[in-house]
Amino acid sequence: MSIDTTAPAETASDRAIGDEAPKKRRRLGVAVWVSGAWLLVLSLGALLAPWLPLADPDDTRAGVPLSIPTAQNLLGTDSLGRDLLSRTLYGARISIVVGVAAVLVSAVVGGAIGLVAGYFKRRVETVTLFGADVLMAFPTLLLAASIVTFTNSRGLVTVVGVIALIYLGPTIRIVRALTLSIANREFVTASRSLGARNGRILRREILPHVVPTLMSAMVVAVAGAVVAEGGLAFLNLSVAPPTPTWGAMIAAGKPKIDESLYPVLAPGFALFMTVLSLTLIGDALQRRQGRGLDVL
Amino acid sequence: MTALVTRLARLLAVVLAVTFASYSMVSLLPGDVVVAVLGETSTEADRQAAREELNLDDPLPVRYVQWLGDALSGDLGQSYRTGQPVSEAIGQRLGVTLELVLLSQIFALLLAIPMAILGALKPGSFVDKALSGVQLALLATPGYLVAVVLMAVFAVNLGWFDTTGLVRFTESPFGNIKSLLLPSLALGLEQVAVYARVLRTDLVTTFDQDFIWYARAKGNSTSRIVLHHALRPSSIGLVTITGISIGRLIGGTVLVESIFALPGLGRYTIDAINNRDFIAVQGAVVVLTVGFVLVNFLVDVLHGAIDPRIRVRTGL
Repeated sequence: MSIDTTAPAETASDRAIGDEAPKKRRRLGVAVWVSGAWLLVLSLGALLAPWLPLADPDDTRAGVPLSIPTAQNLLGTDSLGRDLLSRTLYGARISIVVGVAAVLVSAVVGGAIGLVAGYFKRRVETVTLFGADVLMAFPTLLLAASIVTFTNSRGLVTVVGVIALIYLGPTIRIVRALTLSIANREFVTASRSLGARNGRILRREILPHVVPTLMSAMVVAVAGAVVAEGGLAFLNLSVAPPTPTWGAMIAAGKPKIDESLYPVLAPGFALFMTVLSLTLIGDALQRRQGRGLDVL
Repeated sequence: MTALVTRLARLLAVVLAVTFASYSMVSLLPGDVVVAVLGETSTEADRQAAREELNLDDPLPVRYVQWLGDALSGDLGQSYRTGQPVSEAIGQRLGVTLELVLLSQIFALLLAIPMAILGALKPGSFVDKALSGVQLALLATPGYLVAVVLMAVFAVNLGWFDTTGLVRFTESPFGNIKSLLLPSLALGLEQVAVYARVLRTDLVTTFDQDFIWYARAKGNSTSRIVLHHALRPSSIGLVTITGISIGRLIGGTVLVESIFALPGLGRYTIDAINNRDFIAVQGAVVVLTVGFVLVNFLVDVLHGAIDPRIRVRTGL
């Protein structure tokens, strides 16, 4: 590394206009728009997959096995001759549904618990935080894998449930911290002195201040949940085959990587783009709100 | 000192709760516990023997206390599938997982620290933006995807590494590192972005403090300022996040261990889960969570070592 000879004055001005300092509301960058476009196209593709001119995702005669991209199979085929574009789009259904549903469930449940813990404090708070600590001490993927295996159910609901469980602890912690920072503000005291009951204060005064921050954390959390679902699927513990999922597709492509990488790259690229898009959008939302709650 | 004791008591409570939860897991299974543990094909005599050995006639809390006593003396029970004592099996595999975690952290920090310094020297510059782009890309690539792609490129196509399997350190230290290189790189790359982002932000804050200006005014070179003055006070966040990651990784190596067929603790646990070897799952989960809690405690202690102000405040 060469020695930086920048004059201090210049560095100072760099810093003054650097992205660390709060300043005028920034416009959303190109990257955020591209991310949004990707998510939109992917969601539409997943939603409309049955009506698109695609091969059936389970049809083993869609093309020559392990073929490279051709006009017939735009992303190539897997080792059984199934169309990878079709499977990737159908796989997006599981990834999107599981990611969004799991984070929503943990946001609602964890949000309610965190709100109560941060507002009533004392014993409720102690017990709740302890519960969150215990939950977070388990190795996440192994916890999810145990539950799926031992309850013997590989339905969508179970998968959503176990991934929601992974995010429950962190969500409780975030919402509690947010609630704590809001519960002592003047408008809460004002509301209380006007005779509002706890339920009303929580709903009308505190919740509206918690939701925006929680939302931006949730966008990033969806990215994590999509990755977690992929991990479960990779271990063959997500939604049961033949339903295609990205993780299971990557796992299925692995033994044949000496012949063709497309069965790994097609779902892998979709996964990469989705996680990248969600992260970029989540980051942009957090920056807009001027706080970096990087907890999830 | 009191803060440390409170913290320790809290961690002990978490360990107790986690072990109790994973212990009762077996009892919460639907149907007869013994049938679940031994399988449908077991004979009635075997079931009766297992019932006695697991003390299933005692109430749950009593059993738990007995089990805890055994566990503390290193006896985590015996796998009914393989007949091997669980603690012995874990002992054979823990080393591989720990080595994997350690190597992955070395990779992650070796990449993240220079990235963070380069970015922080000129925030907002082209270099900074390019680096944060690279970090974002790394952040968006799950470890299992990286692992498969690394394997395809470096093991299958270039043939530089074996695709699977572990060379024991005792056989060949070099071969051992080589066989763990790709898996630990896959694990490490996942962490690089997080580490670099945290350290960069802290460095930018530190660079603006008076003592750095003073050091600069005295004519110190930038590299000296970074290495001797700025890095230590900026490293609290990095130490915290590294600690958390290590704790998480001890239980998070499952996928990479499965991909590269490494005989580590993660794969042992997932195999036990798949075979419904509950006693083994129980033991492994206990070891993993206790490890997680311990690492977190160490991080707290390290905070005091890095920043004397924290030592004073918390009485560490």
